[in-house]
Amino acid sequence: MNSKTSPQPIKKTSLIGQSVKKPDAPDKATGKTRYINDMVLPQMLIGKVLFAGRAHAKILSIDISAAQKLPGVHAVMTGRDVSGLKFGFIRDNVALKDRVRCEHDEIAAVAAETEEIANQAIELIKVEYEDLPGVFTPEDGAKEGAPQIHDEFPGNRSLSYEFSHGNVAAAEAASDFVVDNVFRPHRVTHCCMGTSCAIADFDHNGKLTIWTQTQYPYNYKMDLAPALGMAPGDIRVIQPPVGGAFGAKLDVYPYEPIAALLARKTGRPVKVMYSREEEFKASPTRQTAIIHMRTGCKRDGTLTFRTADVLLDNGAYTSWGPTIPVIMMRTTSGHYRVPVVDFRARAIYTNNPYAGSFRGYGNVQTTFATAQQMDMLADLVDITPLEFHLKNAQKSGEVTPQNSFLRECALTECLETAERASHYSRKRREYAAERTRVGRYKKGIGLASSIHNAGGAKIHKSDGIGTILKLDDYARATIITGASEIGQGIDAVVTLIVAEELGIPIEHVTIVNNDSDIAPWDVGVHASRTTFIAGNGARRAAHKARAQIFKGAEKHLGELADSLDLRSGWVVREKCGTPLIKLERLLRQMHFQPEPELVMVTDYYEPKSEPEGSKHVSDHSAAYAHAVHVAEITVDTFTGEIKVDRVTAVQDVGRVINRMGLEGQIEGGVALGLGYALSEDMRVEQGRLRNAGFRDYKLITAPEMPELDLHFIESNCAEGPFGAKGASELPAIVIAPAVANALYNATGVRIFDPPLSPEKVARAIAEQRQQRSAERLDRSRSPAREIENEYCALD
Amino acid sequence: MSLETEIHFILNGRAVSARIPVAMKTLALLRDVLGLTGTKYACGEGECGACTIRVDGKTLNSCLMYAVDCEGRDIVTIEGLRTPAGMNPMQQAFVDHGAVQCGFCMPGMILQADWLVENNLRLTRPEAQRGLEGNLCRCTGYTKVLDAIESVVETQCCKQGAPGGELQPAREPLMRATS
Repeated sequence: MNSKTSPQPIKKTSLIGQSVKKPDAPDKATGKTRYINDMVLPQMLIGKVLFAGRAHAKILSIDISAAQKLPGVHAVMTGRDVSGLKFGFIRDNVALKDRVRCEHDEIAAVAAETEEIANQAIELIKVEYEDLPGVFTPEDGAKEGAPQIHDEFPGNRSLSYEFSHGNVAAAEAASDFVVDNVFRPHRVTHCCMGTSCAIADFDHNGKLTIWTQTQYPYNYKMDLAPALGMAPGDIRVIQPPVGGAFGAKLDVYPYEPIAALLARKTGRPVKVMYSREEEFKASPTRQTAIIHMRTGCKRDGTLTFRTADVLLDNGAYTSWGPTIPVIMMRTTSGHYRVPVVDFRARAIYTNNPYAGSFRGYGNVQTTFATAQQMDMLADLVDITPLEFHLKNAQKSGEVTPQNSFLRECALTECLETAERASHYSRKRREYAAERTRVGRYKKGIGLASSIHNAGGAKIHKSDGIGTILKLDDYARATIITGASEIGQGIDAVVTLIVAEELGIPIEHVTIVNNDSDIAPWDVGVHASRTTFIAGNGARRAAHKARAQIFKGAEKHLGELADSLDLRSGWVVREKCGTPLIKLERLLRQMHFQPEPELVMVTDYYEPKSEPEGSKHVSDHSAAYAHAVHVAEITVDTFTGEIKVDRVTAVQDVGRVINRMGLEGQIEGGVALGLGYALSEDMRVEQGRLRNAGFRDYKLITAPEMPELDLHFIESNCAEGPFGAKGASELPAIVIAPAVANALYNATGVRIFDPPLSPEKVARAIAEQRQQRSAERLDRSRSPAREIENEYCALD
Repeated sequence: MSLETEIHFILNGRAVSARIPVAMKTLALLRDVLGLTGTKYACGEGECGACTIRVDGKTLNSCLMYAVDCEGRDIVTIEGLRTPAGMNPMQQAFVDHGAVQCGFCMPGMILQADWLVENNLRLTRPEAQRGLEGNLCRCTGYTKVLDAIESVVETQCCKQGAPGGELQPAREPLMRATS
């Protein structure tokens, strides 16, 4: 050891909770990053899809001869080429259709030398249709004699779910107040800025390489294979940088097998990329639902029961959308201490667009209902919503009726922090007093909370992750992890954790996570699991590497392995920080000495959660977390426009890992949730989308972003990496009902069918005025009678 | 095939020429002909700002501009913002403030932000919000984007002096995420 270079003891410092830059940010900010949409391969052909453009029809004939003859066209394919190659969650989908079940059904596909030629070829395909009567609501679909959408699914029945706990009738009889409402969460879509894109290429051994935006590369192979009639093991998945995902890439959608089918037929790489209009029409949506929810409580404010009867518009095919009841029921049974629960959901096929998974996954829809009913019940009990929430808030160690074990539960702390930061209760009282005064603009404040899985959700047989970690001769680390990067920042989290454990600069850690032939298994980016699961995987792998390094130090330096630490690129004595040897030098000694060794470790981490199971009674996530949002709004009662002025967002994050990345997730989640609450709305009429563009489908823009006040509660999750919990879905879940509750506070109006668009709000306010004057008239004629709109007091 | 024409213009400080179909849009010229894929397609109808470029100093949606209209103009794309010393201050600020998540909208967002600050050294946060109205982002909620812009305004105000010679950073009370 050269003592001249290491005179001073090295103190322990920590990166945990600091703000670190996303490793890929510089290339993205300079336009250097090559997204999948930017990729061009030698000999690559362009694939284009012919969409049906009608909701329900028989295909009488398809004539592809003219398209085939067009110079530059290499392949034209139709449903005939994929007969029997069914795929999808319940095998009800096929890449190219022989019958039309929704507007964006893929009828034919071409591969051509340029996009222009491909478009021309599409126009040359002649299809004769015979339109059929369609089904456009789940209620209609469930009716006797309704048109059948799939022969294999009689009665248009898709998936159904049930969970029941306790005696609802008895609980209801013991209730002093019951609220009973029907909520109709609407249809929105992901709007990833990078449109859907896949590039496929076969080698001469019949192995497929697919460049895709998928956020679940390993199960993706399993799901893609049947659409192509090949073995999952013959598929290599490469994930170039993507322009967002948000759950949209958690399944296989027809354009992906179409790219592969065209590639197989032509022997050349084929790229399929959607235009924005195609993206709106043909990519998945958030699941719509009709939620009939009832919640009861006693006069003292104790919740007694909650029931939810949910009807889902399955759309034409079954992707992840109709599986959201798995999470809807967790919220129904676990959002506050609800002793008695009954949950039923069924999905009915319609000729509408179909839904996939979308950030919040069922909880956005359910919390819109539960959080408004909490607000209503508080008013009936006549205590502040805050008191009502606190009274029913679970504490650490409680178990929900579905067996979710709330090991570290910070709900009370979240609520108290939100109250302190926003002065919620005082403002709510003041704004309510202002409500009936004359004036165009009304202020309102609303509080909402929710619970979500924060350590994965074991809906597959495994919720685990594989990790490989290696160090080179210069103490540069490479972490090879199954965790996908979709912009959410797992690259920063994982490299931060490795740097923390190995005492090396974060810039000296490289992440490899975009090739299924290299990186090991992971379930994918969903269920707020990646920081938790991949973070644990990275930490465990780093611990193994540390142990090997310390053994090496023991051997080469004669120091006791368990007395050492790694700091600032040095091996040091843990207690005093005395530097012993530069890490890279030790690594070279270990490598180039007799009995050589490389530091190169593997880890497989499986969280201690239980499989969801068909009864849905299981501790299905390794952690659960709460968030509380307080929205302060100004309502223009003339136009119905809602301006969100300020949002106080409090969340139990377990422990902050990368502060900047975490803030970004919360801020982005709030924006996404505000779009859902206020403006985004897919207008589907008779199965056809009427607003397939950003002009008429309005995302939240910069001027509409409210002032944000973020608070992180650190409950120190025993199972999480450094105590962290997953975080990125809750902000998108909680904000909409907070705004809805604020609207009520401002105006006395409740809206159960989002978005809270100006038209709807203005109409509701006008109706309320009419109703009030009618009531006044009524009262002047007959004995006074209290009518509480939509509320039903049982006593 | 469609009618073609030859155009000459300045692209990121260098003279270029290209033979292009007259119906081609500047976005396609940049991406498909010249290989500058930093400029993104995300809507094709001027609604999202992902394809923002600078034309003779001003920002424009390149998806709406015919490529023939590049003739004789000075065009800057995201690739041209880089200085010999590295990223330009706006790019650096976006990186440092965590404004980049998936990053797909960022080339357009950064060009627009850079233009806003160049034209108003005392740019306030609400002004920046309005100035970014035509740039959609699905990941960030714009908050960190605005933080980044604010930091550049602060630095530039202090460095160059705000118009009127005062050296204090000019800002309204700001909306800010706290933690």
